[in-house]
Amino acid sequence: MTETLTEAQPLSFEEALERYEPVMGFEVHVELNTATKMFSSAPNAFGDEPNTNVNEVCLGLPGTLPVVNGKAVESAIRLGLALNCQIAPYCRFARKQYFYPDTPKNWQTSQYDEPIAFDGHLDVELDDGEIFRVEIERAHMEEDAGKLTHAGTSGRIQGAEYSLVDYNRSGVPLIEIVTKPITGAGERAPEIARAYVSAIRDIVKALDISDARMERGNVRCDANVSLMPKGSSRFGTRSETKNVNSMRAVEHAVHYEIRRHAGILAAGGSIVQETRHWQETTRTTSSGRPKSDADDYRYFPEPDLVPVTVTEEWVAALRAELPEPPAERRRRLRQSWGYTDAEFRDVIAAGLLDAIEETVEQGAAPAVARKWWMGEISRLANARDTEPAELGVSPATIVELNGLIEQGRINDKIARQVLEHHVDGEGSPAEIVAARGLEVVSDDGALTAAVEKAMAENPDVVEKVAAGKLKAIGALIGPVMKETRGQADAGKVREIVLQKLGIEG
Amino acid sequence: MRPMLRTHGSKFRPSWMGSEKKMTTTPAELVRLTAAQMAAKLRAGEITAVELTQAHLDRIAAVDGTINAFLHVSAEEALETAAEVDKIRAAGGTGAQALHPLAGVPIAVKDLIVTKGQPTTAGSKMLQGWMSPYDATVVEKIRAAKLPILGKTNLDEFAMGSSTEHSAYGPTRNPWDTGRIPGGSGGGSAAAVAAFEAPLALGTDTGGSIRQPGAVTGTVGTKPTYGSVSRYGAIAMASSLDQIGPVARTVEDAALLHELIGGHDPKDSTSLPEEVPAFSEHARNHQLTGLRIGIIKQLQGEGYQAGVLARFQEALEALRSAGAEIVEVDCPSFDYALGAYYLIMPSEASSNLARYDGVRYGTRVLPEEGPLTIERVMGATRAAGFGEEVKRRIILGTYALSAGYYDAYYGSAQKIRTLIQRDFEAAFEQADVLISPTAPTVAFPLGAKLDDPLAMYLNDIATIPANLAGVPGISVPGGLSYDENEQGLPVGIQFLAPAREDARVYHAAGALEKLLQTDAEPLWAQIPELAETAGAASSSVVEGAN
Repeated sequence: MTETLTEAQPLSFEEALERYEPVMGFEVHVELNTATKMFSSAPNAFGDEPNTNVNEVCLGLPGTLPVVNGKAVESAIRLGLALNCQIAPYCRFARKQYFYPDTPKNWQTSQYDEPIAFDGHLDVELDDGEIFRVEIERAHMEEDAGKLTHAGTSGRIQGAEYSLVDYNRSGVPLIEIVTKPITGAGERAPEIARAYVSAIRDIVKALDISDARMERGNVRCDANVSLMPKGSSRFGTRSETKNVNSMRAVEHAVHYEIRRHAGILAAGGSIVQETRHWQETTRTTSSGRPKSDADDYRYFPEPDLVPVTVTEEWVAALRAELPEPPAERRRRLRQSWGYTDAEFRDVIAAGLLDAIEETVEQGAAPAVARKWWMGEISRLANARDTEPAELGVSPATIVELNGLIEQGRINDKIARQVLEHHVDGEGSPAEIVAARGLEVVSDDGALTAAVEKAMAENPDVVEKVAAGKLKAIGALIGPVMKETRGQADAGKVREIVLQKLGIEG
Repeated sequence: MRPMLRTHGSKFRPSWMGSEKKMTTTPAELVRLTAAQMAAKLRAGEITAVELTQAHLDRIAAVDGTINAFLHVSAEEALETAAEVDKIRAAGGTGAQALHPLAGVPIAVKDLIVTKGQPTTAGSKMLQGWMSPYDATVVEKIRAAKLPILGKTNLDEFAMGSSTEHSAYGPTRNPWDTGRIPGGSGGGSAAAVAAFEAPLALGTDTGGSIRQPGAVTGTVGTKPTYGSVSRYGAIAMASSLDQIGPVARTVEDAALLHELIGGHDPKDSTSLPEEVPAFSEHARNHQLTGLRIGIIKQLQGEGYQAGVLARFQEALEALRSAGAEIVEVDCPSFDYALGAYYLIMPSEASSNLARYDGVRYGTRVLPEEGPLTIERVMGATRAAGFGEEVKRRIILGTYALSAGYYDAYYGSAQKIRTLIQRDFEAAFEQADVLISPTAPTVAFPLGAKLDDPLAMYLNDIATIPANLAGVPGISVPGGLSYDENEQGLPVGIQFLAPAREDARVYHAAGALEKLLQTDAEPLWAQIPELAETAGAASSSVVEGAN
């Protein structure tokens, strides 16, 4: 018996797409930001001492019973609505049973055949503005597992000397969103994958149901990929790349898996149905454990919980309070602000949509708001190794700072200094200007003296200006600024020079 | 081992005999009072809670070496609580008035129910030495009402059994005949109450674990309506069937304890919202005129011992002559109850017991050879920590829930369950309460059915339908059955009522109890005198954790 080929050199992406049509499917897990856990009153918080945010229920101690977190149900309904899903009027939890030390009861309380939300869709906007519709199979509620740390060189449970387990995350509420198979993506499959995960992240952020920080695992994606020969409509065997935890990684993982599958299939081999691990350093995936459809989790309805009933009135009330869908909001803002596509993309990539929107709402011109947030604030944030939105600059500060410029009380350069002092905690822009004496020198006497001094010291320049070369005035502004410690208004300097020379400005 | 029997002497004269006025009550008399009588004497200042608690501790020390009802005795804690009650009562005023009516009356707790400060083993090696960091809701209520907790009682491992022989800590013996089983799984609680080691106890009933031990020890036990007593802190066997309930010597005492432990608990999602009715008033209402009592066609006849059926017929006669209307109801699906139960119960148990893997608490056993992988440690732990009956049910349940078998087994069993509920609904159209023998036989000898699980399972044939339907049931003594050696052993009569109508079972059982008390003393007082084996207490009766 010859062994079936299960490994081969990956094809190039272009070659792969010439011969095969990719089919994708995503399971995105969203950790909710509820105050307490899914089934217990233990706090739901990130980053604390291991095994401190636990109680007898989420440790699965003998005799304990779960109680459903109502806020988590509400979050699930809202997410379901935002994904255009049907909301089940009645649904149950089930036990998904498997032995693993991060799961204290050795089952995960999840939903099986009765998810709270089902049959939805999400319109995903691609880089060129094209819309791709992803059909949603279901969104269901479940609990997170604890966190294992394996001591030893492998970093995996196999071959570890010992493993540590932190149950702080055990029982944290999760919503798992499962897509229907995504076909017709073609060469845009990797881009669609990224855009889909990005859209989910935007939605849960807009709904304020999750902190949505991928680096903390608040949003985790399992990407399923299979290929079918061009012209065929029969799905191939899929691989499931687990826990791809950045948007870029999702894109790369799908890209790589398409190439890998194509390589094997083109060489006459067959795909092993398995879970795979994303390797960030090599941008490849590696084999995990075999996973068959026959994996037997012995699901049965959780007898310790009563069914969740969702009334029409509740759904209607939650629907009425849904925020504007992020994609629609972006379209609206781009139009009203008049940014170029590139400018708008940069704003989104920088995560500054909210900040700019609020700054504009408080009275700044869209261009001014963008200039500050994308310019000086981003630069300061970068220098301080933080996010612009987390630098501590409020939209009101920007409006105030810009007002000072418009009133001619400070110039752009001073304004940048004021901002930095503000970030350092020296107070409001007006306070800083007053305290540091940064107000533009508009006192004609002092300024005129400085201009006269500069003109006396630069007769050649004065000669050029007098001869009509008005651009040469720039050479006088430098010395004036030096004299006034930068507080001169350049426009005013120009005015005085022309006046002195009797030239009409 | 043959029992050390003595016929009942006239060493004591409890107050229910009523004739002689006595100035003092001896410890031997004290422990033979009902809980209601103890409570009355405490309130009247005739006795102190410390005296009462000490009398029970002495009784435990004297007889538990033989009975083995207790896995743990917490003398110090019980006496502390008792002293607190005495202090509050002595101070008088609002503090004394605010005391719960049962304050100072000692109680024993089945070792399936978690208690802070005392070990909880579930009768298993798996939890040897484990101390719960939290109290079960019923234990919180008992502590709040200041009932001294005497200790934790023996049971079949994880409540799986009908004889208490499946305890990892040795069997409990029936005080009526120490060569026989006390029923199970709550044999420890029933035997403790029957042997006057405790006036009250807590049990749990998944398929009859309160009622069947009650029947074979001549005591009273109630399985409340599912959801009417919080399950929080009762170590789960089968979540949809388990229910905590009271164990006592009289119907009134059971009702009083039920009132204390019942009520809504936000920590138990399956807990009912209703207020707890005054069950004890119903227990004292002996008026039977017009009460329709249904005999269940399927729960009599084949498989029931003649002596059991004879006592059952006498009970029916007594009820009829007291004015009750006896009707027969047909519950055809009850024939499938045992089969459905032995799919649903092990399915849920296989899941509930998955957590015992040696990773977080309890016993951890390392494999004797080979690599120490997590799977192998879990496997070795479960192989060594669980007994045979537990393993049998885990395997049965795991199989029944497996892909491809689920519909045929667990799914079908749930359908039977629905049919049984419908049978009950139809039956309760015709009758206010239903009646049956609690168990098909009297207590059988130790070891008699240990090698025959099916025969053991058949003990629960009459009690299981109530768990499958969530309805309340009670077992009340129905007299003695005599074998060929003229040895009298208790027979239990079961009453069942619709869900949320627990009051009805107290009413019917209270009335029957009164009707059958034709002798000078109630059945439970006719228990043979136990040989006192002071100083020979079994090694399992220890202070503190193992």
